[in-house]
Formats: sequence, structure tokens, C-alpha cells
Amino acid sequence: MERTPRDKAMWSIAILLVTLFALIPVLWIISLSLKTPATITDQSFIPTELTLENYKGLFEGGISDSPFIKPLINSLLIASITTAISIVLASFAAYAIARLEFPGRRLILAGALAIAMFPPISTVGPLFDMWRTLGLYDTYPGLIIPYLTFSLPLAIYTLVAFFREIPWELEQAAQVDGATPFQAFRKVIVPLAAPGMFTAAILVFIFAWNDFLFAISLTSSDASRTVPAALAFFTGDSQFTQPTGNIAAAAVLVTVPIIIFVLLFQRRIVAGLTAGAVKG
Amino acid sequence: MSARTRSERRLGWLLCAPAAIAMLAVTAYPIGYALVLSVQQVDLRFPDESGFVGFQNYSAVLTSSLWWTDVFNTVFLSVISVTIELALGMAIALVMHRAIFGRGLVRTSVLIPYGIVTVVAAFSWQFAFAPDTGFVNQLPLIADDMDWFGGRFSSFAVIIMAEVWKTTPFMALLLLAGLTTIDNGLYDAAKVDGASAWQRFTKITLPLMKPAILVALLFRTLDAFRIFDTIFIMTAGAQNTESVSILGYNQLISRLNLGLGSAVSVLIFIAVLIIAMLFVKGLGARQPDMEKG
Repeated sequence: MERTPRDKAMWSIAILLVTLFALIPVLWIISLSLKTPATITDQSFIPTELTLENYKGLFEGGISDSPFIKPLINSLLIASITTAISIVLASFAAYAIARLEFPGRRLILAGALAIAMFPPISTVGPLFDMWRTLGLYDTYPGLIIPYLTFSLPLAIYTLVAFFREIPWELEQAAQVDGATPFQAFRKVIVPLAAPGMFTAAILVFIFAWNDFLFAISLTSSDASRTVPAALAFFTGDSQFTQPTGNIAAAAVLVTVPIIIFVLLFQRRIVAGLTAGAVKG
Repeated sequence: MSARTRSERRLGWLLCAPAAIAMLAVTAYPIGYALVLSVQQVDLRFPDESGFVGFQNYSAVLTSSLWWTDVFNTVFLSVISVTIELALGMAIALVMHRAIFGRGLVRTSVLIPYGIVTVVAAFSWQFAFAPDTGFVNQLPLIADDMDWFGGRFSSFAVIIMAEVWKTTPFMALLLLAGLTTIDNGLYDAAKVDGASAWQRFTKITLPLMKPAILVALLFRTLDAFRIFDTIFIMTAGAQNTESVSILGYNQLISRLNLGLGSAVSVLIFIAVLIIAMLFVKGLGARQPDMEKG
């Protein structure tokens, strides 16, 4: 296809616009987090005076008094545990769906699809009541269980799509070449399956890290409140100061690592996000 | 049935059982429980007054103007944001598909909103538009004292902006995956026949992408219908900006009225079911063939 200089200019503008639009809220929240209390209302996109006070404020008082440390630990642990369990359960199911002949395959996939569409708010009330009876209200399992439910469809669809691409015959080939079944599994199948499992794990982690509805409905204290919920309850140093700077700093701290992660593994994430949806 | 087939079946069920149970535990059982709660008076603040009330909760919800305002808000926000996302997502997908350079840059940029916590994005946009901290009112053509969150539709504008920003990437990636399945030869042939770029888009791209577009629309519409985080952070429902999910949350968690709140939950569930069925009907001819999946 021939490209004129005018075409090139148009593409450049389109690309620039998309990039800017994507970046503005991120740059803005970073900018806010670096502003001093005196300049935080100066409405300028670029900070005029820089400070790290907003970040320091988050960690003051150690684990017991800091409004941020405990929720951060909660978020990390809850999202990691959810990811680990979800990937194990989803791998079993996806292996069965991708490799075995049995009549329930369609049912499981259809069920997973239905759950992907399920409105979480419809389960919040019953869970709130059940968790209080069962003693799961405001605990880690109280959040991990609903996260598992709603992340499994995503994990199963991603893994089934990846597992279907694996040349499983290699396992037999390795055994013919003298490998034990375990060796064949570990040296041939695991390396082939790992990228798909890793991709699914990233997607599940981001899902659990992002949740807000369950996090504010099923927790009541820092015992299990995650960062998104904690952010909504941030208060200023006194009743007259807005916690804008602190919210911005906390927002940057929970955002930047995920962005770096997403950018490092962007090819995988794109493959994972589109794997289930388009083919399924 | 041979022993091998039978054992394969058993293994298949066994491997799927844990995931199936985990998925049902927090969906099928609670929605059943919500049905039970919704026909009773259950208010945790007045535990002594519990009892069966039939469809009283439903009639209370369906005759309240608040419910219908919230339904309107939710549908309005969903339709507008999904429409913008589709147009914008298609444009971005075309840029990524056809770009001679900068394709990687665009993909990297669109993944940033995907990676950001919705609550964080909502805060960022809220601070950007807030009259005291925000830079938006300093931009040309915008009144310096514009109070975005002081009015219903100006609040909606900001909420839609945040939603579009956060979810367009997903739309664009799904559409891009659909685009890549189209045979380039078709475009070359159409060009030879003298079709303009617009004709090629409407006569080749759109019809061939219909399934991908419908799938993307289905997912995004259902997702948009559940809107909660952004509204909770930005307005918490002030200025009549409440969505049905916020209404459910307020009844269930803030007011502890499980009976009335469950009726709202069940009604939302039914609404989602209807939307899903309409789309599945639209997909009709191409029922997902999961064999090839």
C-alpha cells in the first residue's frame, strides 16, 4: 500500500491522541501526589512545588496506625491467594475440557460464560447475611471465595484456549524416547502449559486487585479491607483537610507496579484477553 | 461404553468438579437465597419484625420513583458509554491493525487503562474535574467555575468519560482480534473493483466483524449495566446519578434492609438475563461452537 506524507501525518496525530488520552489520568494522579498542601488546589497540571510528604503520610504510624499499610498487605495476600487457587482449579477443569471426551464439557463452558455475565450486586446481600452467620464477614476467606467464583470463568476460558494449542502428542513421543511419565510431564508439558497459566494468573490477579463492590460490602475494618475500599474511607489529617494528596499517593503506589507488570507482559495479556472471548 | 470411555468421563467430571462447585457456591446458592429473602421482611435493624410478606417488597420497589430513576440512569449510562466505546474502540482497532508505525506504542497505551484499578481512575478523573483541585476548568473553552458534580447531566458526562477511558481498551482488543481474521485479499479485490475506503469498511469489515462486534457489545453492555465503582467514588449517587447497583448496595449494606435490597438484587438479575438473551438471539446464526472453541 502506498503511503503519502499526508497519510503519515494523519497516523501520527491519531497515535498521539490515543497515547495522550490513555496517559492523562495517570500523569495527573502522579502530579497530584507530588503537590504540597499549599499548591494542591492550584489547578495546574504540572506541580510547581514538589514534595514526598503525601507518600510519607501513608506510612506514618506503622502497621497499626497507618491507613495504608494493612490494606496494602490485605490486597497483596488476598489477590495472590485467589490467583493461586483459581489457577489450580481452572487448570484441572481446562485440562479436562481441552483433552478429555466427556458429556459435561459444553455444560461447564456454558456455565462459566453465564457466571461471567452474572451481576455481582445480586449476590452481595445474601453473602453479607451468610458470611455474618458463618463468621466469614470481614475475613480473608470472605473475599477470596467470591473472587474465586468470579475469576474462574476468565481463567477457564483463557486456559482452555491455550491448552488446545498444546501438541499433547509430544508427551507420548518423550515417553517413547525413554522418559518416565513424570519426566515427560515435567520436561515437556509443563514448559508448554506455563505461558498460558502465567497469562491466566495475571488476568485473575488484576481482577481481584481491582474489585471494589465486594471489598466494601463484605469488610468492616482494616482486618481484611483491601486498598480500593480503604481509599474510599481515607480521611484527612484533620476534619478540615481534604485527603486528596494522600489518596493520590496511595493511588500511585497501587497503580504503578501493575502498570509496569502489564507493560512487561503486554503480548500475553492481549492474547489472554482475546483468547476466550473471540473464539468462544 | 468401554471401560476407557467410562474412566475418561469420570476423570473429566472429577477434574471439573472443584471449579464447578466454586462457581456455583457464590452464584446459584446466593441468588436462590436472595429469592427467599426478597419475599420476606428482613431488616437487620428491626430483627423482631421479620416474616413472610409475599411480593410486597417487589411492589414497593417497582412503584418507587427512585427505582425507575435509577433504571433510567443505568440504561442511559450503559447505552451512551458503550456506543462511544464501540466507535472509539473500532477506530483504535483500525489504527492498531493498519498502522505502519507506532502499533506497539498504541497497544502499550491502551493497556494502561486496563491495568488501573477502577477506583483509582475514578479518583483521578474526579480530581481532574473538581472545581477546587482540577485542571479541566483551566482549559480553554471551559468556564473556570464550572461545577461538574453540581448537576445531573454534567456528572454523567464525567462518569461516562471515566468509564469510556477505562474500558475502551478491552473493546479495542476484542475488535482487533476480529479484524485480524479478515482475509486481506478481500480488500485488494474490492480496491481493484474501485471500492472507496468507506465502502470497503461498510461492505467488508463491518459484515465480517458482526460476530466479534456482538460479542464485544454483549460483554461491555452487561459490564456497563453493573456500573458501581465510578459512581460510588464520584458522586455516591448525589444529584440523581444513582445506578441500580448503588441502590442495591444502599438498601443491603447501608440500610441493612435485606428484604427490600434482595428484591432489587433479583430485579437486576432478571434485567441482566433479558439483556443477555437479546444478544444471544442476535448472535443466533453463529452459536458459539465450543467444540473448536
